Amino acid sequence: MTPSSEILELTLEHVTMVLIAVAIATTFGVSLGIALTRRAGLRRWVLGFAGIMQTVPSLALFGFLIPIPFIGGIGKRTAIVALVLYALLPVLRNTLTGILGVDPAVRESALAMGMTERQILWEVELPLASRTILAGIRVATVTTIGTATIAAAIGGGGLGVFIFRGLASVDSAQILAGAIPAACMALLAEGGLGWLERKLSPV
Amino acid sequence: MIELRDVSCRIGAKQILSGLSLRVDAGERLVLLGRSGSGKTTALKMINGLIMPTEGTVLVEGKPTTEWNLVRLRRRIGYVIQEAGLFPHFTVAQNVGLVPRLEGWEPAKIESRVAELLAMMDLPPQEFLHRYPRELSGGQRQRVGVARALAADQPLLLLDEPFGALDPVTRHEIQQQFLRVCEQLGKTAIFVTHDAREALLIATRIAVLRQGRLESMERPAEFMNARGEEAEAFRASLG
Repeated sequence: MTPSSEILELTLEHVTMVLIAVAIATTFGVSLGIALTRRAGLRRWVLGFAGIMQTVPSLALFGFLIPIPFIGGIGKRTAIVALVLYALLPVLRNTLTGILGVDPAVRESALAMGMTERQILWEVELPLASRTILAGIRVATVTTIGTATIAAAIGGGGLGVFIFRGLASVDSAQILAGAIPAACMALLAEGGLGWLERKLSPV
Repeated sequence: MIELRDVSCRIGAKQILSGLSLRVDAGERLVLLGRSGSGKTTALKMINGLIMPTEGTVLVEGKPTTEWNLVRLRRRIGYVIQEAGLFPHFTVAQNVGLVPRLEGWEPAKIESRVAELLAMMDLPPQEFLHRYPRELSGGQRQRVGVARALAADQPLLLLDEPFGALDPVTRHEIQQQFLRVCEQLGKTAIFVTHDAREALLIATRIAVLRQGRLESMERPAEFMNARGEEAEAFRASLG
């Protein structure tokens, strides 16, 4: 395989891994966040758990998951599980902050107009929180792009393959072949999602 | 139309309302006059079920609020608060057309209704339909708020210090306009304020609340002679 086609292939693998992880984390984080805005008592526990997950060093987390049945083992699936665990907190926290930050007077007047809880969620709370939620998704995406380079350590593939190979053979060209595309990808995600944030929100 | 029967409300350890009883007939404009903390806002929110009484009964059209489907009840009641509580992400047209849309009106009918209401509130529709609340002055926002409360032809309006944050001149104009619209459409209104002058202008009856109790309830003409120290204090505030 030529070096350039290998870069392309591993970049594609990296992107796929990141997209799947962020999509799962977003679905799960936003729904969990919505549920938690209605249950103040549970909030502390769930945020605490998601916070702890973030403090576990990423290499260690990937390692811990290997012996766990079904979600663990060697390969992409385990890598994605670990990435989801990392991406969850920013999405979850921003969903909560965004929805709880909606002006209580606006929420009350929605209720007083005779909107149902479901209508208030979809027509008032989510649109008004969309900018904050999207900011959470952006942070999750950018960090996931970086963390995903470690997936190669447990056979998850992606641009980390170059980095680990370069570290093992003391070949800085190999390291750069992994690091530069990953950095570009992160910048692109940051810029694109940031643009969407500014564009999407009417207020 | 509305009746509060011996209503009390406690939130936590705090007694907000004690044994409040009053009746509002169709076409009346009852002003609840009191200082901050007198329980007037709580009394108002009991009528559209935003707060439920801990004791006593609130009847709307003869039916206790505990038996109403709250969504149905609230769609029959217009609600205006200070700063209007407009949705910041909705245009004026979307804000005013909200309840008709929730009620499933035809888009064309909503559109003509919205234009009619804006015109009634002296907001030229072409100019205001597509603006967002942040692009309006305080007075214009309150006018939109009133238009929204009238949109589905709700028979009853609840207003919580709706004009409190406006400058005196704008306040006076919008009070006059509100009065005109109410009389023209024969609306029943319950209006909360701490401004005795506003109470005298708007009310067909004035209920003075003091520490969660009804102190007096009089027509404006009789309010000037109403007994009770709170009524006296409010008269003194007229200067």
